[in-house]
Amino acid sequence: MFESKSGVFFVAGLAFFGFAFLSNALVPAMMYRDLPEKKVEELANPNLRYQFEDLAHRFPEAFKEVYGTPPTDSTEASDWYNGKIAEALTLGRKVYVGEACWHCHSQFVRPVSNEDLRWGPVSSSEEYQNELQRPVMFGTRRVGPDLSREGGRRSSDWHAVHFFKPTELSEGSPMPAYPWFFDGSPDKPNARGLALITYIQWLGSWLESYPYYEDFVPSPVAEITLESDATE
Amino acid sequence: MADETQTTDTAVPAEIPKHEQLVDERLVAWYFLAALLYMFISLSGGFLMAFQLIKHNPLNGIELFSPGRWRMVHTNAIAYGFLANAFLGMLHWVVPRLTLRPVFDRRLSLAIFVAWQGVVVATAVGLLLGEAQGLEWGETPVWIDPVAQLGLLLVAINFMAPIMKQKGPMYVTLWYFVAAFIWTFLTYAMGNFVPQYFVSGSSAGAVGGLFIHDLVGLFVTPLGWGMMYYFVPILLKKPIWSHGLSLVGFWGLAFFYPLQGIHHFLYTPIPMFLQYGAVMSTIAVELVVMTVVINFFGTLWGNGRQFWDNMPIRWFYTGMVYYFLTCLQCSLQVTMTFQALIHFTDWVVGHAHLVMFGVFSMWLLGVMTYLFPRLLRQEWYSQTLCEWHYWLSAGGMLVMASDLILGGLFQGWSWAALQPWDASVEISQPFWAVRVVAGLAILGGQLAFVYNLYRTWQLSKASLTSLGGSSEPPSVDRKYAD
Repeated sequence: MFESKSGVFFVAGLAFFGFAFLSNALVPAMMYRDLPEKKVEELANPNLRYQFEDLAHRFPEAFKEVYGTPPTDSTEASDWYNGKIAEALTLGRKVYVGEACWHCHSQFVRPVSNEDLRWGPVSSSEEYQNELQRPVMFGTRRVGPDLSREGGRRSSDWHAVHFFKPTELSEGSPMPAYPWFFDGSPDKPNARGLALITYIQWLGSWLESYPYYEDFVPSPVAEITLESDATE
Repeated sequence: MADETQTTDTAVPAEIPKHEQLVDERLVAWYFLAALLYMFISLSGGFLMAFQLIKHNPLNGIELFSPGRWRMVHTNAIAYGFLANAFLGMLHWVVPRLTLRPVFDRRLSLAIFVAWQGVVVATAVGLLLGEAQGLEWGETPVWIDPVAQLGLLLVAINFMAPIMKQKGPMYVTLWYFVAAFIWTFLTYAMGNFVPQYFVSGSSAGAVGGLFIHDLVGLFVTPLGWGMMYYFVPILLKKPIWSHGLSLVGFWGLAFFYPLQGIHHFLYTPIPMFLQYGAVMSTIAVELVVMTVVINFFGTLWGNGRQFWDNMPIRWFYTGMVYYFLTCLQCSLQVTMTFQALIHFTDWVVGHAHLVMFGVFSMWLLGVMTYLFPRLLRQEWYSQTLCEWHYWLSAGGMLVMASDLILGGLFQGWSWAALQPWDASVEISQPFWAVRVVAGLAILGGQLAFVYNLYRTWQLSKASLTSLGGSSEPPSVDRKYAD
């Protein structure tokens, strides 16, 4: 058996591989079969909704160009916003993967190395049971910090400027610049820019410990052009 | 082209077929050249990221040169461009010579060659356009995965045909190759389809970990060791030291390697008992690795001079020393104690380079150093350049790996001490700078190699012409041939 074709083929090739797949891949899948996997449409939550509407206020022209105008009826508007959030999260994740953000930023907080002090609650399985974690974005390297509790930590303005030119806000940062998320300047994010900011603001928005610095008050700011502030 | 010597029955051919009837040398050479081309593409990707990290990337802010995208080209080009192509070239030489039968169909070989280059180029283009799949080492855009899967199936059929006609027990090399054909196919299918279409979250993480590790352990490692079991006895003109240890090595690897993948995601929400299982089988496989390394050094015993005099042997055994070092490192870093400190740091990056370049790429470069003179019927243009190639590669790798491993420790300590994040980036700068220098040394080595190859090719053309342009090659140096 040990040197024969069939032994190598069936025992080493198929059986050992199969055993490993059963014990290491099917077991966790079975264990989590009762944790429902959320569709992307189910991922909108009040924290994220606040951030998304905030994008509409901060970047009114860009937002309108990408997503259109919300219906005037408030119930319809609510559904409309949630639909657009799903759209933004899907594209945002695609950008996050395509630009290899996940090769320098992780998305899980470990119970060691003081990580819960730095970032917040240790990650748990149900946080990852959704469509945007196919494949899961645990990550592999931390050149920059973990992002799984990044949502709400910084304003969308901050993210816009930071994506446009990281060293403007974080002097020693080796992060590459991503000017192609914008139409020329940080106050004009394009579809990819708005989507990625939404995705980043979503990370951790499902937690009770989600940080926020401003209460959400519907404001008339959308009608005002923010040109003078935007370059800051 | 298909009317090859068809040994139609299953018996061992009465007359040993000639080398020309078995090996499509042109194809071997093409595979090696393609591999070298992707090696340079991969190096370019590495440099873009390396220069970005030391904040001297001249192309920062240009979409198609984004270091993130090129970082994925870097790893995919080395895995599917360099390693896969070089392994396929090697297989086209080794399998027919070992089984004394040609591959299943030479037209199929040619089709696979063309298709595989298509897969690799499409992967690179897809990645540069931002179409990656979120799976490490499997970033190949999802629409290429089925094509690659089909290619792997055809590769298996093409090489399994001559192997299946063998009677009786097989030689060690073929154990590894047969297993590798099945494992590679299964691993690719598991990694690229299961976490994308069937499971998410922690379960997807478990499968992703299996994929990352199986790609190294069940595709690259068995092909690499199978190759060593073939070339080392030929070059040293003596059998492998202990057949018993060969058996332990193969079956130990076959059992323990597939069980380790989850060690890539320790301290994640993946169930702890699975994490502990992965840690234990990883430590178990290091013991198996020891037996293999001992077996090969037992084979070298008494011929130590060959390490210095025989260029390919030097490549092979340097790779084995690096293999021993990475495996020793692995048995330490896989423990929870080490993981707490070094996970997510450059320690792991150093480890990965030591494995992928220091071991397997160096073995393949050794095979190329051995085979190109035979393919071109011409000794190397310059032995000195061969030496430069070796020393720059081996030295550059040692510096890069030690540098990144050490740097990783400092990063880990900085994080655990709750220093501001910027501090960990700042202390990394000197390590990242040294890494660029080490990378340049490795690049220099490969440039020396391709220049040497170019001059050797010119010499071989000239000597063929001087023989009257005959299509029959001159007598070949077969001093190492079996």
